[in-house]
Amino acid sequence: MPIAVEMPKMTDTMEEGVLVQWNVDEGAEIAAGDVIAQVETDKATMDVEAYDDGVLLRKVAGEGDALPIGALIAVLGARGDDVDAFLSQQADHKPPPVATEKPPASPQVSTPQKDALAPAAAGADRAVRIKASPLARRVAADHGLPLYQLRGSGSGPDGRIIRRDVEAHLSHPAAAVTQPDGYESVRVSQMRKTIARRLSQSKFTAPHFYLSIDVDMEQAVASRQRLNSQAERTGGVKVSYNDLVTKACAAALVQHPAVNSSYVAEENEIRQYNYVDIGIAVAIEDGLVTPVVRGVDRKGLTDIASEAAALAQRARDRKLQPAEMEGSTFTTSNLGMFGIEDFTAIINTPNACILAIGAIRDVPVVKGGQVVPGKRMKITLSCDHRAVDGALGARFMATLRGFLEEPLTLLM
Amino acid sequence: MAQLQLREAIRAAMVEEMDRDTDVFLMGEEVAEYNGAYKVSEGMQDRFGSNRVIDTPISENGFAGLGLGAAMCGLRPIIEFMTWNFAFVAMDQIINNAAKIRYMSGGQFSFPIVFRGPNGAAGQLAATHNSSVESIFSCFPGLKVVSISNPDDAKGLLKSAIRDNDPVVFLESEFMYGMRGEVSEEADYLIPIGKARIAREGDAVTIVGHNKSYWRAMEAAEMLEADGYYAEVIDPRTIRPFDWGTVARSVRKTNRLVVVDESNPFASVSSEIAFQVQSRCFDYLDAPIRRVTAKDTPAPYAKNLMTYYMPSAEDTYQACRDVLYLD
Repeated sequence: MPIAVEMPKMTDTMEEGVLVQWNVDEGAEIAAGDVIAQVETDKATMDVEAYDDGVLLRKVAGEGDALPIGALIAVLGARGDDVDAFLSQQADHKPPPVATEKPPASPQVSTPQKDALAPAAAGADRAVRIKASPLARRVAADHGLPLYQLRGSGSGPDGRIIRRDVEAHLSHPAAAVTQPDGYESVRVSQMRKTIARRLSQSKFTAPHFYLSIDVDMEQAVASRQRLNSQAERTGGVKVSYNDLVTKACAAALVQHPAVNSSYVAEENEIRQYNYVDIGIAVAIEDGLVTPVVRGVDRKGLTDIASEAAALAQRARDRKLQPAEMEGSTFTTSNLGMFGIEDFTAIINTPNACILAIGAIRDVPVVKGGQVVPGKRMKITLSCDHRAVDGALGARFMATLRGFLEEPLTLLM
Repeated sequence: MAQLQLREAIRAAMVEEMDRDTDVFLMGEEVAEYNGAYKVSEGMQDRFGSNRVIDTPISENGFAGLGLGAAMCGLRPIIEFMTWNFAFVAMDQIINNAAKIRYMSGGQFSFPIVFRGPNGAAGQLAATHNSSVESIFSCFPGLKVVSISNPDDAKGLLKSAIRDNDPVVFLESEFMYGMRGEVSEEADYLIPIGKARIAREGDAVTIVGHNKSYWRAMEAAEMLEADGYYAEVIDPRTIRPFDWGTVARSVRKTNRLVVVDESNPFASVSSEIAFQVQSRCFDYLDAPIRRVTAKDTPAPYAKNLMTYYMPSAEDTYQACRDVLYLD
């Protein structure tokens, strides 16, 4: 009796998965627990394990197919089982695939480049004949200039491209059209879909407001230097500014638990968490993820530093498991390393707030009536006004600034 | 150098060759007693006698055949047609005999004969006296076809034609008989058959024109120069064998070609030039080849219609501007 292998639900928010790769061939003997395929979910690429022993009789899903949870992806069974009969029986009560995408290995340019030079063949509706004199074609070819780049620039009769048009393009390439009309079609990855859905949902449903504050980082810079030079001597973990901010946020959140919250509309409640799990936005190749450092309020700086570094590395290696990205109570996003002085972030729902961290700038400051060199950093809190009001947010920011300006107080 | 009319240059060539070789003789209507319908052979009967400068009846097929027989027997006749329009009655002799017997006899017979006379339009002479015959004779392998544009070429090319051992169709022009020009007095002044002349160098457009059309080409080139464009003008001199190399090299330089040819346009010399050049220079052409020809009708009689019918220097100039994409 054949057994259906279905698209598993691999994360709480997963609705569909893309079968990225088959790890076994049809006819292979499978043992329960074998990894038979890889599926890209909204959060990560994950292994699909077989639940039963048997022979992989038929791959129903092709590589690149996007399928909803529960869709049939393969048939397992004993040799000699009638797969076709099983499939027709399955088809009666199984949902069809939501979409079938064949993701290209790399982004695909939809404009036919080679066709542009050739007379219209099979794709006559797409390939538009470009009128050009033989000489113009030859001069363009000699310079490796695809003729379509000259489309519309022909000054001869009926827009014929002639030599002077090619030469004009070659001497002023900037003035001419450098791209074919058209667009590059890049497949929207599961992660991109998730980013799009979640951030739109956040921005459209959570009324954002923003609170910015300038923080004197002189002592934080000095403290970090001391800590890191000591770590260098002892071979300990180095601490980043972000770790320092994460720690300070946790301390401030403990003092302002209303900021460490979620507005849950469906339940008509605001959840104030009695733990502080901070998501840290990490940019990866084609998107971003927010791995979560747990129990930050109860951890020391070195633990935070080593955990955050490990999570960031796993994020970049695309090895984060969904559980490592779920359940934050607050999030930080840091673009200081790009020289961004200040920016506003979109709240990572269901968090009530996100902190946007800018660069530490060397600026002249007035101290005791004297202009002296100073270190300043702008931070901006985005608040979901449904859960956090302006004054509350402002008090949180003042506390946070206090911790950052006097890092020693974090020990209290 | 001597200043000669074109008719005098032709005469000089014939006289020199008849002095040089007693096998050479001239035969045609009114060439002897009347000194030539266009006075080309003036004084020649007095000089060479009526054995070598022979008047014929009005019987082109007859005296063309007589000439071919003489050539087969070793003489070197010059057969004058009063105009090439009259040669149509001698077509069988020229095309079936002159052009083909050497081939059909396996080279046993050759025809060192020149058929010469004025070709092309000559004013208000109406449809039957305004034909251009170069494409007709050029399409038969076995004939050489020379078309002259000036006195010096007339002398040098006719001397070469008379010495050639194959039949040569030699095309002159009523309108140009009185044209004066410097003519070489060099002994044995021979211009080779099959070599074109670059009459004017330029880089903007190539204009090919033979016979009277050469002058249309030159005039158009002058007009273009006033616009700042230098046309290269090529006089092919010989229609067959045509000097494709010279024209192709020029077109590869200028990337454009205008052919001026007062023949009717269909299946004409200009058609062949356009075909040959596009096949040899396809990747060098920046514009379609243009032809400037007579209209595709019989020649009219009325003066205004005749002017309209003929290709002009202005038409040529405009064709050049068109292929230069100037308008």
